[in-house]
Amino acid sequence: MRVVIAEDAVLLREGLAGLLERFGHTVVAAVGDAPGLLAAAAEHRPDAVVTDVRMPPGFTDEGLRAALELRARRPDLAVLVLSQYVEQTYAAELLDSHSGAGIGYLLKDRIGDVGEFVEALHRVAAGGTVVDPEVVRQLLRRRRDPLARLTPREQEVLGLIAEGRSNASIAKELYVTEAAVAKHIANIFAKLDLPPAADGHRRVLAVLAYLRQE
Amino acid sequence: MVHRTALEALTRRPLPFLGSGWPWRCAAYLVASVVPGAAVAGVAAALLLVPHPYRFVTGPAALAVVLPPVARFEVVRLRLVDGVPVPRVADRRRREAGLAVITLFAMWWIDLLMVAFTAAPVLLALTPVVRPAVAPEVAALASVAGVLLLPVAAYTVTAWGGARGAMARAILAPQRSELGEVLRSRARLVDAFELERRRIERDLHDGAQQRLVALSMTLGMARLDLPADSEVGRLIGLAHEEAKQALGELRELIRGVHSPVLTDRGLGAAVRDLAGRSPVPVEVDVEVPRLPAPVEVTAYYVVSEALANVAKHSEAARVAVTGRVERGTLVVEVRDDGVGGADPAEGTGLTGLADRLSVVDGRLSLSSPAGGPTLLRVEIPCAW
Repeated sequence: MRVVIAEDAVLLREGLAGLLERFGHTVVAAVGDAPGLLAAAAEHRPDAVVTDVRMPPGFTDEGLRAALELRARRPDLAVLVLSQYVEQTYAAELLDSHSGAGIGYLLKDRIGDVGEFVEALHRVAAGGTVVDPEVVRQLLRRRRDPLARLTPREQEVLGLIAEGRSNASIAKELYVTEAAVAKHIANIFAKLDLPPAADGHRRVLAVLAYLRQE
Repeated sequence: MVHRTALEALTRRPLPFLGSGWPWRCAAYLVASVVPGAAVAGVAAALLLVPHPYRFVTGPAALAVVLPPVARFEVVRLRLVDGVPVPRVADRRRREAGLAVITLFAMWWIDLLMVAFTAAPVLLALTPVVRPAVAPEVAALASVAGVLLLPVAAYTVTAWGGARGAMARAILAPQRSELGEVLRSRARLVDAFELERRRIERDLHDGAQQRLVALSMTLGMARLDLPADSEVGRLIGLAHEEAKQALGELRELIRGVHSPVLTDRGLGAAVRDLAGRSPVPVEVDVEVPRLPAPVEVTAYYVVSEALANVAKHSEAARVAVTGRVERGTLVVEVRDDGVGGADPAEGTGLTGLADRLSVVDGRLSLSSPAGGPTLLRVEIPCAW
């Protein structure tokens, strides 16, 4: 996979590049600001972009705006946005950009879990949607009565679906069989009046859309 | 409460007010207008005595002579109705002269007219003495009416005396001249604090936080190469978990210092962010444009503190936060369906909020009957 990295802290930029190369990917460009990201993405036409939110010159949300602009130009470009803190407004803006397919939004902390991080990037590059557990937790905490009808275990499973996990990954996380996970999922979808969906991107988006609606 | 001016005294209950010296002081204050009246008479006489061609010179000259003593007299007699010292302002002489001019041309005769009107009850009460010709029953009735009207007279005299005193004070010193300066310097201090907090947040974000992420990443890579069941692998795993925990704690710390969402996306987004972290479900309806930084920061602080209070004390099942800008004022309301009984006197939380609000000229009101619900309302003027 050919990747462009945008991150203003040199230490992290180098680290990320080394990490991705170790997993067999090609980092075609590593830049330190938003204009650099836009230029590199136009020049190299990468498969995926990994970008920090806060970058020079303004140190606010330049990376996020650049990511949204790139998506507007190339809706199929996979974008993984990293941030020191997660924020629902940012998540919403990303998910609304071309249906949220091929979008990832993670806390920078998650880079530390190297395997999971690279796995998340793969899912995004394959057109999936990956949302940080922290965002999902905030979404789940908003008042919505139907959610109260779910058992604690079902709520846990719902959260993991929203993060973009596959049935296999959920089963591993909760130490249960995949069959048990499938049964939970069927129950959740029935209780929330959601159309049944197979294991895939569309299911993640359906759940996220449900959690985000007012 | 000590009443320092006639107008303040008017707000007392009737009996203590009527028993106080204030009506008499006001009467004395108004009657003292015979002095500027006499000065005017003197100037007029001087004008009449000199031959016609010199009057244009004599008039202003006579005025210039009487102006300084009349001004002094005005300042001194103000103490009768207003016990608050008048602050010394730079253009004091000019202001005193202005007050003297107004007194000489208009005020003195209005004062005397007011005294005359309120003297009517006294005359009425004295009917048997001053008009012996009137039938005794009528005279007695008039006396009773006069006595009953006396308290009313006390109020009118004090009202005009107090208003007249307030006018004189307004001319002598611009309103809240000292207080305004204090508030401005407090606002500057708060601004400085806010800037400093923002700087600390930036430093932590660019420094410690990035390093910890890098450390966590390095440890994560090291873990890949080490068998998890080896001693080194176990220690590296432990260090990795510690680093991740430190990152989480640092992030919470930074959020407490300064909310980056608030700076980037404004109050609405920042409140939604707070709501997402509240253990009690929060409905957010904040529709406001970007506002001046001090207004946003103060409102954010209020909502943050209010939500923390709700979680700690209210036992509420849900909270609603609304925010609107109405006629140039930001109005934020936080209401919960909890047990109520929030008392500003009890904790420092609410008083802290009020202190913080006073700097931006904001107002805090709270309704929290025992049994609930609790409504906290905050108004902050947006013009900065």
